[in-house]
Amino acid sequence: MHRRTLLGATAATLAGLAPAVVRAQGSGPQGGTAGVKVAFLATLSGPGAALGTHMRDGWLTAMAQLGNTLGGLPAETLMIDDELKPETAVTKARAAIERDKVDFVVGLVFSNILGAVARPVTESGTFLLSANAGPSPLAGKGCNPFFFATSYQNDQNHATMGQVAQEEGYKRVFVLVPNYQAGKDAVAGFRSRFKGEIVDELYVPLSQLDFAAELAKIADAKPDALFTFMPGALGVNLVRQYHQAGLGRIPVLSTFTVDESTLPAQGDAALGFFTASDWAPNLPGERNTQFVKAFEAAHGYVPASYAAHAYDTAFLLDAAIKARGGKLGDKPALRAAIETVSFPSVRPSFKFGKNHFPVQDFYLCKVAKRPDGKFQTEIVRKVLTEDVDAYAAECRMPA
Amino acid sequence: MTSTLLLVQVLNGLQFGVLLFLVSAGLTLVFGVMDFINLAHGVQYMLGAYLAASIGTALGSFWAGLVLALPASLAIGLALEWLVFRHLYDRDHLSQVLATFGVILTLDEATRALWGSAPLNVPQPAGLSGGIMLTSSLGYPAWRLAIIAAGLLVAPLLWWLVERTRSGMLVRAGSTHRAIVSALGVDIGRLFALVFAIGAMLAGFAGALAGPVYAVAPGMGDTVLILAFVVIVIGGVGSIRGAIIASLLVGLVDTLGRALLPDLLRLALAPAAARQTGAALASMLVYVAMAGFLCLRPAGLFPVRRA
Amino acid sequence: MPPESPLRRWKLAGATRRVGTCGAPRMRPPLREKALPVLVLAVLAAAPFLGFGDGFALTLLARGMILGMAAIGLALLVGGAGLASLGHAATLGIGAYAVASLDAVGIDRAGIVFPVAIAAAALFAAVTGAVSLRTSGVHFIMITLAFGQMAFFTAASLSTLGGDDGYTLYARTTLFGARLLQDRLAFHFVCLGLLAAVWLLCSAVLDSRFGRVLQAARDNPLRVRALGFSPYPYRLVACTLAGGIGGLAGALLANATEFVSPATLAWTRSGELLFMVILGGVGRLYGGLLGALAFVLLEEWLSHLMTYWRLAFGPLLILAVLFLPGGLAGLRRRDG
Repeated sequence: MHRRTLLGATAATLAGLAPAVVRAQGSGPQGGTAGVKVAFLATLSGPGAALGTHMRDGWLTAMAQLGNTLGGLPAETLMIDDELKPETAVTKARAAIERDKVDFVVGLVFSNILGAVARPVTESGTFLLSANAGPSPLAGKGCNPFFFATSYQNDQNHATMGQVAQEEGYKRVFVLVPNYQAGKDAVAGFRSRFKGEIVDELYVPLSQLDFAAELAKIADAKPDALFTFMPGALGVNLVRQYHQAGLGRIPVLSTFTVDESTLPAQGDAALGFFTASDWAPNLPGERNTQFVKAFEAAHGYVPASYAAHAYDTAFLLDAAIKARGGKLGDKPALRAAIETVSFPSVRPSFKFGKNHFPVQDFYLCKVAKRPDGKFQTEIVRKVLTEDVDAYAAECRMPA
Repeated sequence: MTSTLLLVQVLNGLQFGVLLFLVSAGLTLVFGVMDFINLAHGVQYMLGAYLAASIGTALGSFWAGLVLALPASLAIGLALEWLVFRHLYDRDHLSQVLATFGVILTLDEATRALWGSAPLNVPQPAGLSGGIMLTSSLGYPAWRLAIIAAGLLVAPLLWWLVERTRSGMLVRAGSTHRAIVSALGVDIGRLFALVFAIGAMLAGFAGALAGPVYAVAPGMGDTVLILAFVVIVIGGVGSIRGAIIASLLVGLVDTLGRALLPDLLRLALAPAAARQTGAALASMLVYVAMAGFLCLRPAGLFPVRRA
Repeated sequence: MPPESPLRRWKLAGATRRVGTCGAPRMRPPLREKALPVLVLAVLAAAPFLGFGDGFALTLLARGMILGMAAIGLALLVGGAGLASLGHAATLGIGAYAVASLDAVGIDRAGIVFPVAIAAAALFAAVTGAVSLRTSGVHFIMITLAFGQMAFFTAASLSTLGGDDGYTLYARTTLFGARLLQDRLAFHFVCLGLLAAVWLLCSAVLDSRFGRVLQAARDNPLRVRALGFSPYPYRLVACTLAGGIGGLAGALLANATEFVSPATLAWTRSGELLFMVILGGVGRLYGGLLGALAFVLLEEWLSHLMTYWRLAFGPLLILAVLFLPGGLAGLRRRDG
């Protein structure tokens, strides 16, 4: 990883030189007129679009409440669709930075998209804030002064479920995940806290439509519980087919499989499914209640954690820019402001660790039907308190 | 692996095969009879699922949605034929591929604009939404059995229609001796439009059947389309019999490969390696089978003789 | 003259439609036919100095040129040999993955990386071509699709290179020890030079005796056989050549995005390449380049203009097929 740290250091040095230039541009008309430009990069079309839509609407809810300003500066958001194609995402992110001269790139639903744009964005000295994807390389050795995650390190949710399985006393757990990096990370995360027997691990292709073959195997193995990670449409299929196959007796410990973005399609079939999260619509706290209410009023559906994280990201930026008095030019100072500023988060326990990932609580949640007929995940109990992700120790953040 | 588990996997393969058959039947007829490559056939499958789900939700009954989706799919098929496809019959295959790809892009995007990109909630078939116990511990979804039954009903009917009726004879004759059939006073244009619309309806039917099982989302037809092409190439372009056999074959190979390969590889490899290569190999298996067939029997299992 | 009814057109065409493959009567361009591609290359050379020199425009143009390169290779197959491959993206992906796997072990010298990428892709094309060429027409399309899918699933299972998530390169390939490819403008001209070289190579191949046999075998394989030639080795060499060009384009693409993922090998990408060739005009090699540039620029412009941009892109494709039978390259000779 020698080369990567070297590059990070170079980027930081360059950024140190940059402020002079930027300030020279901004000093013409006295204050304020410069404004903030944010590129909102998310998956807004294709199979992953539901998540991106939640994220976008969470951001828009925040911007509406902030009157389209961030830290007192007029803010402009460029909505960019990454189409879930890494190559497209890189091209568009470069366009936003080089042509539109954005100050921040936020959003990022999928890890592979983040993996593709992380280098080009951070090397240009632009801050990158992920409201969902939190892959391990960026949390550990590849941690970066210009990168922040307002969500979680992906493994934390899986580890939470491992802890739950351990505490519930399950002896034999069956594992079903998609066959790609995030799927393998999920298994590793789950195993980091679950010490019982893994009856079998099944890896299915990402394009899987039909889980019939796998469900039959699960029924045959008769495990104490099923651990699964099936994001997006995969989860919709799995949950519905799980119900149809009459497997309801085996408890499902899931991560990113049932949430408010998939529940409208999963409906009653998802009732009783467990999930692990840092946030749920009914998380106690006035700030959160007020957010969920405002979101539902504006967009007509129940927000998922993606929306909450995007909402938090906007208020984080607002607070950090305010703390800097609207001066965006001094990047190291702005970075320090983002690291330490306190902002009104919807999560009661939010703060950044040294690797720029949150240190926060994680909860066991369960799918429930609200009195108005809509579905949401609801908190069962707190599992991990102020959890630091497993990779933070490997991070040597350049000063 | 117990024998009941194997039975369940075979049923799964059959059920997947039946869906593939319903989609590929129209594709193989259109391809074989009109010599027209229609990439947009998968879109018909998607639209069938969407129509059935929307109508079903609006009327509060899955069955009403299923029944009404059929004429709606037929109408959309006719409209597309009239608007776009009919102007492509006399063009080479590559132009047809390009133009029908344009249709996919347009209709996938239109679906996204109309229904949103999130998967749709589909009403469950009343009476068939539960499972049937095969043994005391192993259940099987009733709706999947219904899909198999529907396929077993449609397949012989379609075969009879094409092979044994007068219209079927005209369609078959029209594909091999186009000029002579039209010289006999048969309106080939209308005949082809009819074949096209029936193909579209079958794909729509498949989509409506698949709705309660799979996710109804934009682009759901694209995966099925590729597999349907695999089916018609293996079965022989234009052959209904070939489509029946090949779709069941593809369904079984795909499902059983996914179920058995990782276990088989475990005999030779370490468990972790076996799982991963097994999963990768299982996704390839259908294509390996197709490449093998194309090498050994380039014209497919049941080649249709051409003039 | 009254417009013909579609049905009548259908009947008339029924008699003649199977004669020429892909409506490409002749690939060998006379001298004046070379004026347009030379003009396009000149415009591309001048573009950075005509206000398209910012990083974004250069990225976009580089993408267009790289895909154009792959499309020219494919045009050699489709137009020249009458072989429509729906697995061409696999060669692109193999070139890109060659760069990634060498990068993973710390090798980034262009002198090693590019030849390896080209050789690997050419080898893949030769092996799969040897099998695929036993079939023809639609079956060739399907078998190349099958091989493309196999390559795709293989790439997706390469967990050391990120599997489905893809792999971020540590650095761009170095040329003569210098990071020449790091500079956008330099990279632009490297792409342009290689693009011109690829086009010249393919034109020369088609103009040669080899190319004439290839085209004759496309139009009338029986007659070619009667003259004592077997089309098979000629087609296999064409496949290998197109594969090598695909590998080169893939290596450049990996450098342009500094990122490699299985999406590069997806069948939809093969489809897009085929569409670039058809959109540009199957009859001419440089049709691939025109199609690629048009595709990339149109995609960018429309997606900037509206959210549901494919609602406009799709109908444009359909209209292009219906009203531009010769593709973009056929535009200026419609009256002739």
